[in-house]
Amino acid sequence: MSAGSPASTSRRSRRAERAAARNEQIHFSRWFWPSFTLPGTLWLLVLFILPLYTVVSIAFGTVDPIFRGPLPVYQPWFWSGEQFGSVLHKVFGIYSPVYIHTFAYVVIASMICLVLGYAVAYYVARYGGRRRGLLLVLLISPFWISYLMRMLAWINLLDNNGYINKVLMWLHVISRPVGWLEGRPMTVVLGLVYGYIPYMILPLYGFLDRIDSALLEAGRDLGGGPASTFFRVTLPLSKPAILAGMVIVALPMFGDYYTQALLSGSPKTTMIGNLIDDAWSTTGQGPEAAVFVLILMVILIVPMLYYMRSTARSVLER
Amino acid sequence: MSEATATRRTGSPPNGGNALVRWWRNPWRKPTVLATLTWGYLAWSLIPLSIAIAISFTAGRSNSVLHGFSLQWWWRDPEESLFHDPELHAAIFQSLRLSITTMLIAVPIGVAFALGIDRWHGRPATGFNFLMLLSFVLPEIVLGLSLFLVFRFMLTFVHLGTEAQILGLVTYQISYPVIIVRARLLSIGKDYEEAGMDLGASPRQAIRRVLLPLLYPAIFASGALVFADTIDDFVTVRYLSGVATTEPLSVKIYNIARAEPTPAVNAAATFLLVTTTVAIVIGYVAYRYITRGQRTGKITDFAQV
Repeated sequence: MSAGSPASTSRRSRRAERAAARNEQIHFSRWFWPSFTLPGTLWLLVLFILPLYTVVSIAFGTVDPIFRGPLPVYQPWFWSGEQFGSVLHKVFGIYSPVYIHTFAYVVIASMICLVLGYAVAYYVARYGGRRRGLLLVLLISPFWISYLMRMLAWINLLDNNGYINKVLMWLHVISRPVGWLEGRPMTVVLGLVYGYIPYMILPLYGFLDRIDSALLEAGRDLGGGPASTFFRVTLPLSKPAILAGMVIVALPMFGDYYTQALLSGSPKTTMIGNLIDDAWSTTGQGPEAAVFVLILMVILIVPMLYYMRSTARSVLER
Repeated sequence: MSEATATRRTGSPPNGGNALVRWWRNPWRKPTVLATLTWGYLAWSLIPLSIAIAISFTAGRSNSVLHGFSLQWWWRDPEESLFHDPELHAAIFQSLRLSITTMLIAVPIGVAFALGIDRWHGRPATGFNFLMLLSFVLPEIVLGLSLFLVFRFMLTFVHLGTEAQILGLVTYQISYPVIIVRARLLSIGKDYEEAGMDLGASPRQAIRRVLLPLLYPAIFASGALVFADTIDDFVTVRYLSGVATTEPLSVKIYNIARAEPTPAVNAAATFLLVTTTVAIVIGYVAYRYITRGQRTGKITDFAQV
């Protein structure tokens, strides 16, 4: 508290004081605020951009003739497309089914996430009432429950002697245990939905909760029934949230290898992530892993940019 | 059209003699279908987890069927239980070491970055912000593998193991505090700081005594989030582990779950669950304590951060 500002100080001088204070802030030194970003920026340059550059250098590098290990080439003018070309050839050849069913799983799983997630988010946002707090906690809880734990739960349930088989047999739906974990696409899709649906529900909820109820009332007043109000007001309004939610769940699904590895493990259901992971765990396939990573990034560049834009925007909106 | 409108208003469509159709078209009916879906979803999402937790207390060897109650998979069994199996036991400490260190490094860097980016309106700021967001949206496998390759071939002085794991985890987590703190900064605005300066504080004092206290909730929340997310992480960490002795609990769970899981894995996963829950609760309590008396501070707000 500055003691030297008696009540009689004229408005003008106070304003001048304030301007001076602001000036002082502007002249905080030009480098005051930028210097705050320095540690983070340096960190990301060394441990984020440099690694990505290494991936490119390995993908366009050469291979050790004896050990078959990668020899990265860091100068772009010495890059060779040989490695990249041969892996790309395989991507369109023997690996093409992997890419195709990854796309199929991701599209099906994100559609299920959307339909189910939308219904749940809509219910909580519109009809949550007094139970909204409880509902939200229950919806958020999967966020801090490890993905592994949630997959483990299904490994337990879907086991040959597990409770799913027990219940189905008791209901006489099946006569002998079904090997759910033996390479079934359905199980993988179920795992993906179960794993990622919370990430869909929360942004949808956040958006639906903010829709002005006057708009819905206007829709009703203009003669729309519940269904047509929904399809002609709510749904078009929530298009950005739907897109954002789809991107949020689809991006990690494309890089997912663990759901497949835990719930199926069979080559019949291999996903893009598994290609990368297998190339990593087999020594000497370093260059292949790098090329797979690069291809994945090219595939995902558009949704990634969209996600970045919507994240930046949602930060600004709040 | 107008006729249809009129009938909808009165709520008794002439062609809807069927009670079911009438019920479906009644705009004031309870949202039974949605309610069923929601509670069904919650059951589907939470019952498997409860069973998995229950199985960690089983007395049998099977990890798919419950056989009575015992604590043998937690600590009674001298060899295979979570707290006695030397590998799992060591992995617990590795997990805690990694997540606490990551939190202590990532949160200050992230908070400083958020402050800087919020106040610096230069062209490079846009680029740096882009970089930060890119690290946020990139699938984890891409980041994990790139880091593995960089430590293998370029920055070879960093050894795979704890140091590489911490560097990698911080890189992956740094964007959380940035996003949370930036959102908070934007919602605070500049008014409070300016008020502080009008009351005679120097710009530096205004930051320390006005802005920072206002940011504490966001800082605590992001700390809890980073901790909880790191302790569950197994993708980045697995690629950067090097030898088995530096694998944290999450990686052990992943490896054992693919091979021959015993209920000890369930105990390990439950342990992680309890740890993250404690972290989140501490974060929430701190958040409530700091934001007491403000209009925010409800659980829904905490959920949104």
